[in-house]
Amino acid sequence: MPRLSADRQHSVRFELNGREVEAQAEPRMLLSDFLRHVLAMTGTHVGCEHGVCGACTVEIDGMAARACLTLAVQVEGARVRTVEALAPGPGRLSILQEAFRRHHGLQCGFCTPGILMSLDIFLRAHPAPSEIDIREYLSGHLCRCTGYAPIVAAALDAAEKLREADIIG
Amino acid sequence: MHAVTDKPPGWLGRSVERLEDAALLTGAGRFVDDIAPPPGTLAAAILRSPRAHARIGAIAIDAARRLPGVAAILTGADVAAMSAPLAAGIKAPLECWPIAIDRARYVGEPVAVVVASDRYIAEDALDLIAVSYEPLPAVVDPIAAMQPTATLLHDKLGANIASDRSFCYGDPAAQFAAAATRIAVSVRYPRNSCTPIETYGVIAEYAASDDAYDVTANFMGPLSMHPVMARALRVPGNRLRLRTPPDSGGSFGVKQGLVPYIVLIALAARLAGRPVKWIEDRLEHLSASVSATNRVTKLAAAVDADGRVRALDWDQIEDVGAHLRAPEPAALYRMHGNLTGAYDIRHVCVRNRVVLTNKTPSGLNRGFGGPQVYFALERLMQRIARELGLDPLDVIRRNLVPTGAFPYRTATGGLLDSGDYAGAIERAVAQGTLAELRARRVNARGQGRLYGIGYAAVVEPSISNMGYITTVLTAQERARAGPKNGAFATATVAFDPLGCVSVQIASTPQGQGHRTVAAQVVADVFGLAPADVRVLGELDTARDAWSIASGNYSSRFAGAVAGAVHLAAQRLAAKLKRAAATQLNVAPDDVVFAGARAQARDNRDNAMAFSRLAAATHWSPGLMDAGDHALRETVFWTPPELAAPSDADAVNSSLCHGFIFDFCGIEIDRVTGAVRVDKYVTMHDCGRVLHPGMVAGQITGGFAHALGAALYEEFAYAPDGSFLSGTFADYLVPTAMEIPQPLMLHMETPSPFTPLGAKGVGEGNCMSTPVCIANAAADALGVDQVELPLLPARLAAHFHPREEFPKGTTAATAVAIGARQGDGAMTLHGRGVVEIARVPQDVWAMLLDAKTLAAIIPGAGAIEKLSETHFRVDVTLGVGPVRGDGHALVL
Repeated sequence: MPRLSADRQHSVRFELNGREVEAQAEPRMLLSDFLRHVLAMTGTHVGCEHGVCGACTVEIDGMAARACLTLAVQVEGARVRTVEALAPGPGRLSILQEAFRRHHGLQCGFCTPGILMSLDIFLRAHPAPSEIDIREYLSGHLCRCTGYAPIVAAALDAAEKLREADIIG
Repeated sequence: MHAVTDKPPGWLGRSVERLEDAALLTGAGRFVDDIAPPPGTLAAAILRSPRAHARIGAIAIDAARRLPGVAAILTGADVAAMSAPLAAGIKAPLECWPIAIDRARYVGEPVAVVVASDRYIAEDALDLIAVSYEPLPAVVDPIAAMQPTATLLHDKLGANIASDRSFCYGDPAAQFAAAATRIAVSVRYPRNSCTPIETYGVIAEYAASDDAYDVTANFMGPLSMHPVMARALRVPGNRLRLRTPPDSGGSFGVKQGLVPYIVLIALAARLAGRPVKWIEDRLEHLSASVSATNRVTKLAAAVDADGRVRALDWDQIEDVGAHLRAPEPAALYRMHGNLTGAYDIRHVCVRNRVVLTNKTPSGLNRGFGGPQVYFALERLMQRIARELGLDPLDVIRRNLVPTGAFPYRTATGGLLDSGDYAGAIERAVAQGTLAELRARRVNARGQGRLYGIGYAAVVEPSISNMGYITTVLTAQERARAGPKNGAFATATVAFDPLGCVSVQIASTPQGQGHRTVAAQVVADVFGLAPADVRVLGELDTARDAWSIASGNYSSRFAGAVAGAVHLAAQRLAAKLKRAAATQLNVAPDDVVFAGARAQARDNRDNAMAFSRLAAATHWSPGLMDAGDHALRETVFWTPPELAAPSDADAVNSSLCHGFIFDFCGIEIDRVTGAVRVDKYVTMHDCGRVLHPGMVAGQITGGFAHALGAALYEEFAYAPDGSFLSGTFADYLVPTAMEIPQPLMLHMETPSPFTPLGAKGVGEGNCMSTPVCIANAAADALGVDQVELPLLPARLAAHFHPREEFPKGTTAATAVAIGARQGDGAMTLHGRGVVEIARVPQDVWAMLLDAKTLAAIIPGAGAIEKLSETHFRVDVTLGVGPVRGDGHALVL
């Protein structure tokens, strides 16, 4: 564990969406601010800065985490994935993203990156969730546009399509 | 566009995939905080009043100013010197500023703005500003605020009542005298907000060379606020350039409340001499962005024995908070034309009072005025049934505006454009299987469970008349000010030299999918696919077509803006058809656009590429009628039905009126008092449906807001005005676990007044659902009075005996910590006893030593010895993410 000084910038090296990155951060800088304003990865959104809304959810070493409750210096040496990593390529969407578009699982799209990150992680570990499983898992996220019904439908549909892809693959 | 490509043309009415989604799903959206601001942009943070009511003495900014990185600090004195108050909607001696000037009137009111090199440093500097507050008594309750002895918020006004108007339509007194009975309800609608997940954001620049401001903000309109902001900034309208970002993270009315912050940050940029960016945080948003009004309503009906309502008597007391911010008191008047709801009631009297209290100023919020009105009206209909021993649904049916009576002029001047209310109800009853729900209630009650059924019939107004707010003025005042009415929607359609189509709309979308629907509309007119049409939703007041009615409110997109897009595309289509007729050698009427081609109606091989035709004006102007072009058309559309209020105060406050009929079954847990929504049915008639997926999304989204308002959400204030719901852990937004899926039913009676027959649909459930659930709760409990939100503790009070404190404790010790009430000071109180096994003088010696004292007081900072026995200690106390600084005097 490196000793950090509160009044100076520290170098933070980590893997972001499969690429090594390195940038400077004060110890108090939030990971959400670091991603957005230092590394210009603005897909991760900030909705409450106290860990309730879930918009800033990212993946850190395979686990879903709130970027607003994480300090930038904490991801030193970690593997971080954000919403920018989900699509298989430019101009393409993942199965989960496509399901969201098909079911109108988003309106303003502000909470969506966090929800996609949570579901991406969840569906890897739980390939055949029930509706109540998904609702319970999604209860860590606030969406004010959709009323959640189309999000739940998209998640269930994506789970099924991912299972089919897995069988074919 | 998969899943739809094989179908014939006719994109409208289909749930095509949204053009907005690919960017939003991949993190490529461009929200206000994603846009790269100009180089050298500084960050702002706002110091806010911790007190609900206080005179502001000295503001010591020197220490903050000396912090490295701090560029400027703006206080009330600067704002007063550089700007003018925000204009109000009524004539009254009230000054509304974007910052506290000499006096703070609500918790969260801005007191100073720090501009620094980054947000972290700006927030550091906030901690270094010392403000001297002289507490004043706070008044939170609107009824208390009206008392002659109440503390005054605005001294020049001489009272806390900003407006008091009475209206009379027909002869209600005679009807009340003649009717069999008078039945009344007295209700309170609480404060809440739809809290978009993206907060406010402003980037402002000031060019001294031009004395002009350039502001980008996720403001949603209405653009009637543009002149308010320009005047406040003391610049001509053409020197306030206002732009919106391409994406906005939800609004639901709330982002109208940016107005004072746009002015404030623009002034901060001017003072700093650099561009300034401010992104609101969530605590700021919850405490001090904007709130829906809370309202106290007494509503009485003159009723015949069979439940027929002859007349209504409204008494509405609107609590707008600490300032009357334009466009308020609009929430009190938006429903004026439809105060009789879905009912054929010809006699109405109304008294409307606007009251100021020490709470956050109110503003637009989904449903705007509707939840408050329908909570009273539909509670009344249920009460009538209860008192007369009738079925509530029969009382609703008996009073409906008859099918075939449309367009129907209401007693208060509204013009209900179209509908079949009785037909919609019968369909909902059948398709929603009400009979089965009633059987469920019988069964549940047989088992001793608390089960109730509620109903609500609601007329959902959309496309506001820009003149409705002037109903708050007297006819003489209106005559002096000149008539205000209409609601210009604008849209521009243009062709580029490759014959590709671009559309620009001034509806400032906040996630609803306007760009997709506009593309569907244009694709249908030109025989293209939606993906061929590029639609820009961002607005730039310096370049784009707009009017004061532009913006995203009153559910005006589908009826007004999509209609304007349609008209603009049709104008171009007519010109193109004349040009194509010459080339195809057929009559213009025989030219059809389909499959990206212009072709002869009877001979599809006689055709040309649409893009070639659309590009023609650029390359060969001679192909068009002499002097004409088909390059770009901007349509300004306003409906003639939106007339100014009459001399008798009759007003058609909205152009369109959808219909909603809801019913639900709920169960209240006998142990916990928690409400479970067993079944919810919502029938909508929003005219022609342009995109079923989006209509469903508006309904499920509005329903979720409404369920939150019914069961969980409330901006809570302590009696001293301190704010109790400043985090999402306190202000409870429902999650996927709390929101059941409603059964949505539809019918379509197109509006005769809009180009496409569509009406608004975004707000209706916020009007119908809270009262529908409340009616079900009243039915379950068999009580007259229920209060929103239907918190378990409130409901349990109806069936649990009052809890007593355990023996040996008193109320005083049981409530160990609480804010002192009524004196306006925010003082934390604690009480407790600790026994220390030492002789008293040892303990005194310890307590009178400054160092020891600092060590044993939690959160103690600087300590100052005032005398041998008095110390002043800076204390920081925190609970979870909430932190407060204060001073303690220890003696």
